[in-house]
Amino acid sequence: MILDSKIPAGPVAEKWTKHKFNVKLVNPANKRKYDVIVVGTGLAGASAAASLAELGYNVKAFCFQDSPRRAHSIAAQGGINAAKNYQNDGDSVYRLFYDTVKGGDYRAREGNVYRLAEVSVSIIDQCVAQGVPFAREYGGLLANRSFGGAQVSRTFYARGQTGQQLLLGAYSALSRQVANGKVKLYPRTEMMDVVTVDGKARGIITRNLITGAVESHSAHAVLLCTGGYGNVFFLSTNAMGSNVTAAWRAHKKGAYMANPCFTQIHPTCIPVSGDHQSKLTLMSESLRNDGRVWVPATVTMAEKLRKGQIKANDIPENERDYFLERKYPSFGNLVPRDVASRNAKYVCDEGRGVNETGEAVFLDFRDAIKRDGRKTIEGKYGNLFDMYKQITGEDPYEVPMMIYPAVHYTMGGLWVDYNLMTTVPGLYALGEANFSDHGANRLGASALMQGLADGYFVIPYTIGDYLAQTPYDKIPTDHPEFKKAEKEVQDRIQKLLTIKGEKTVDHFHKRLGKIMWNYCGMARTEEGLKKAKQMIKDLKAEFWTNVNVLGANEELNQSLEKAHRVADFIELGELMVDDALNRNESCGGHFREEYQTPDGEALRDDENFAYVAAWKYMGEGQEEELHKEPLVFENVKLTQRSYK
Amino acid sequence: MSWVSKTLSSTLGRKLLMALTGLFLILFLVVHLAGNLQLLLPDGGDSFNVYAHTMANNPFIKVVSIGNFAFILLHVIYSIVLTQHNKKSRPVAYAMSNEGKSSTWASRNMGILGTVILIFLVVHLKGFWYEAKFGTLPTTMIDGESFSDIYAIVAAAYANIWYVLIYVVSMGFLAFHLSHGFASAFQTLGLNHVKYSPLIQKVGAGFSILIPALFALIPIVMYIQSLS
Amino acid sequence: MNLTLKIWRQKNNSDKGGFKEYKVSDISKDMSFLEMLDVLNEQLTEKGEDPVHFDHDCREGICGMCSLYINGNPHGPLQTTTCQLHMRSFNDGETITIEPWRAKAFPVMKDLVVDRSAFDRIIQAGGYVSVNTGGVPDANEIPIPKTIADLAMDAAQCIGCGACVAACKNASAMLFTSAKVSQLALLPQGQVERKRRAEKMVAQMDEEGFGACTNTGACEAQCPKGISITNIARMNREYFSAVVSNTELV
Ligand SMILES: Cc1cc2nc3c(=O)[nH]c(=O)nc-3n(C[C@H](O)[C@H](O)[C@H](O)COP(=O)(O)OP(=O)(O)OC[C@H]3O[C@@H](n4cnc5c(N)ncnc54)[C@H](O)[C@@H]3O)c2cc1C
Ligand code: HEM
Ligand code: SF4
Ligand code: FES
Repeated sequence: MILDSKIPAGPVAEKWTKHKFNVKLVNPANKRKYDVIVVGTGLAGASAAASLAELGYNVKAFCFQDSPRRAHSIAAQGGINAAKNYQNDGDSVYRLFYDTVKGGDYRAREGNVYRLAEVSVSIIDQCVAQGVPFAREYGGLLANRSFGGAQVSRTFYARGQTGQQLLLGAYSALSRQVANGKVKLYPRTEMMDVVTVDGKARGIITRNLITGAVESHSAHAVLLCTGGYGNVFFLSTNAMGSNVTAAWRAHKKGAYMANPCFTQIHPTCIPVSGDHQSKLTLMSESLRNDGRVWVPATVTMAEKLRKGQIKANDIPENERDYFLERKYPSFGNLVPRDVASRNAKYVCDEGRGVNETGEAVFLDFRDAIKRDGRKTIEGKYGNLFDMYKQITGEDPYEVPMMIYPAVHYTMGGLWVDYNLMTTVPGLYALGEANFSDHGANRLGASALMQGLADGYFVIPYTIGDYLAQTPYDKIPTDHPEFKKAEKEVQDRIQKLLTIKGEKTVDHFHKRLGKIMWNYCGMARTEEGLKKAKQMIKDLKAEFWTNVNVLGANEELNQSLEKAHRVADFIELGELMVDDALNRNESCGGHFREEYQTPDGEALRDDENFAYVAAWKYMGEGQEEELHKEPLVFENVKLTQRSYK
Repeated sequence: MSWVSKTLSSTLGRKLLMALTGLFLILFLVVHLAGNLQLLLPDGGDSFNVYAHTMANNPFIKVVSIGNFAFILLHVIYSIVLTQHNKKSRPVAYAMSNEGKSSTWASRNMGILGTVILIFLVVHLKGFWYEAKFGTLPTTMIDGESFSDIYAIVAAAYANIWYVLIYVVSMGFLAFHLSHGFASAFQTLGLNHVKYSPLIQKVGAGFSILIPALFALIPIVMYIQSLS
Repeated sequence: MNLTLKIWRQKNNSDKGGFKEYKVSDISKDMSFLEMLDVLNEQLTEKGEDPVHFDHDCREGICGMCSLYINGNPHGPLQTTTCQLHMRSFNDGETITIEPWRAKAFPVMKDLVVDRSAFDRIIQAGGYVSVNTGGVPDANEIPIPKTIADLAMDAAQCIGCGACVAACKNASAMLFTSAKVSQLALLPQGQVERKRRAEKMVAQMDEEGFGACTNTGACEAQCPKGISITNIARMNREYFSAVVSNTELV
């Protein structure tokens, strides 16, 4: 299949306007004849479900949490970008577009990114109208900050809880449609499979997480807004329930998976404290504005520190290595996420890590407190310091914080065209679940923007184009395709329940996570990836013969829920390794040690790899097939990133 | 349902009635205390008897006292309705509860406190109000006029150590009831403000100690007087 | 640390349920409370016993999914969420009692998992501004005083965990409901529907079977986000003025 991105022709700034005019419309009176399934109620899902219901479509919205308000978007802290240029500091739609393409290390589509920047301004208007309490200046107008090293202040925020406030805004719009009877909510319901009829997505199979009932839902189109798959690493900043199941099931039904190896590792997370660790906590990136990153200059000193023979504050200035400031004099501690993360890994690999596990570096506020006073620092980061203290039991006003990189975001995802449709007609992917806008690296505060852009302002137009060409007829859920899919789901459940092996689901998940982190994490090599591939294959075989899932299907069964998710993660892990092996270059979050500049920076190969790698599922045990969507850059000049 | 009955059967509406009646009772306490303090004037009960007479025969006071009974009744009825509703809202109790950490004892036991106050009120009304109204009263001459000698009944009652004890203990319960109730009523009415709420709280705390203490002082003093 | 856990076990909504005791050993002080339960569950699974079910998702103190009434306090001894509670708040050898949230409006589904969909229905009754996507004014068209925006944000921080209900002797949902009513009553965007919102949300709250408010303040003291009971006063104000002045019969 030739991948057609359906990017409209013409100048980049006019593509979306033209496209909106060219798409087919569904007559207002006919909208109620169409049913749309929205899986996921995060920023992407809630905004899409609410907007489509407002237009008149009948929507069913699904999530696995007990309430749509708890989707993982709730956890985003920092902020949301928009090219409002309220600060008069030179921002524009074009600049946001340019920054995003460049930040993505030139592996994103120009057309999509431009549209994202264009609708970003409407997002802020929409959220304010919903009552989202963004931060404001004394004059009553909206406040902005610069985020993630951006040269302009374009980030809108609501204290350290921007994701929460945006999601509650979308959730309130969704709730209003539930009250209007246009959305039917299905919380505590997990999507188990997509149902296709005549090659088109026509519904889903779900499992009610309380009763275990396996049910069919039929519709004219299905939207997957199911978030990212960072939990393939077991430890990540994602919520415990975040999973790839919905996307992976779709993948197995014909939707291509694009750039799965592009993962973002966030530099400022609280380090792992032991084997019991279940998840990692992000500390806002803004901390690097004032904190200085360092490790002891020598391994001996680091060893003493790890054994507790000396304390961080005892180490004299000349024995400290502020490695980011040393290597990147102009950007210093504010280098982009991938660069900061990789360098922390390097110093720890050298044996200079500072906590018991040897995997942590210091983020020190001593000098900032000396310079600005404790009060100022408290005002800026008070809540973060408190959170750190609560988790670690240490007071960052007195001793330096310890941080280490952690998996945070997945740029890869289901391949979609300009209309956000996957390779399966009628099946769409929105938000972090798709691959579309961030290339090989996502800029801070851009994921919230993308989720809401997709849901509020893109899908309401593009879905009409498809539905206008779809007959009204509903497919009954006793159609053979539904029955077949239901049976497959039930068989899989029974299989998991009857293995009755020796090891718990978490045991496998942790092992998978270790493999992924060690070989497909911050730095990758051909040799390591090949090794990982075999290890994952073995793990998969062992999982299906030795996992222990207790209980029955007909009850709330959290082990069974996890088992499904982990089984899919294992398969995804293998594809990520394939993708990383295929991409013989370094770009953004994907760093192949073989491909670096003499001073250790990522070395892109635009000649051979300026494409989207979209993978097609070929059947159980088969190697997946690679399809390439070439990336064409008409507006942005490809350059080597440099932060020296 | 009309909007009025709908509102008054909502939890907020019921609380509104509790707060309004409670505040009225607070006001009543002040007036009542002012009258009772005359018991302590060293004039053999003359001022008190005149006061009691005026109260009993003034038509305006009559209306107010009927209202007063109605409000007590409303306060009591709604307190039962609310307390029952609240009990039902948690059908299964916690096995272990550390409520003392986050709220005052009085706030959690307004029902018990109120019940004790109610029992006291019944005893109290039986002893004085009922006697004054329906009993046969001794009379006394003040400035050539004949007045019912309620002072004598009161003095007789307060010569009884048990009665005094019941009275004093009940005032303790009232103090606790008010220690939460006073400020709570303002909160219920929505009268909460950064600038004034601390004041309301302080006044409430003072009120809840001062008023019951003064009430309790009367029987104590009269008891001591009765000894000599 | 070695601990004894006294945990409420209940097979499903219709089961009677009861406490069971478990022992866990070698618990690190750095573990979060939920990680300690993870350890217990791994042990139970290995022994072939049904693991203890509890709700959780973000483990960052923001999604509001975790619950647990620990030693007589919702979310345990600190004013935080259960997922942010760490074992250093407990002592070696201690017995910890763990119960589900208890309220008529929050039926227990299994073990420590309760159904909080009543909260969703309260929001559905009016916890929104009725604007459709698109066609809204520019975000800076209506200035909002910073102090008002901050107050609205204070209220908007509620994570919908239900600890207020769990803490309240009356199982009242006033703090939760008032937080949303307040947020929207404070902002200019919320003015248009102010009256019907207050009336409808209160009516829904009552319908769900939550208790009334005695103003004990336990909710505020136990709320992991420090939502203030001044919001309750504001909601009372909103409600009373709405019922007497609203021209619409809600
Ligand atoms: C700690 C943290 C901080 C962040 N901070 C920022 C920031 O400051 N700025 C920024 O722009 N981005 C930030 N991000 C990234 C951003 O939050 C996410 O990328 C974005 O919110 C994803 O939204 P979503 O709608 O695509 O998916 P999610 O919010 O993850 O929603 C997924 C939904 O899908 C449902 N679901 C999933 N699988 C299934 C299934 N099988 N069946 C049924 N339902 C299912 C879930 O129930 C949920 O409702 C942060 C991320 C993290 C982890
Ligand atoms: C002189 C007598 C009394 C006074 C001055 C008084 C005053 C008050 C006040 C001011 C309140 C607070 C209302 C609010 O929270 O809004 C209150 C509450 C209460 N009162 Fe009384 N009261 C008196 C007698 C009684 C009696 C006799 C009873 C009943 C049995 C009673 C039962 C209660 C209860 C149960 C509450 C708490 C209601 C709730 O749950 O919020 N009170 N009272
Ligand atoms: S008000 Fe506080 S305790 Fe209640 S639901 Fe909201 S965050 Fe939880
Ligand atoms: S798990 Fe999300 S708040 Fe505790």
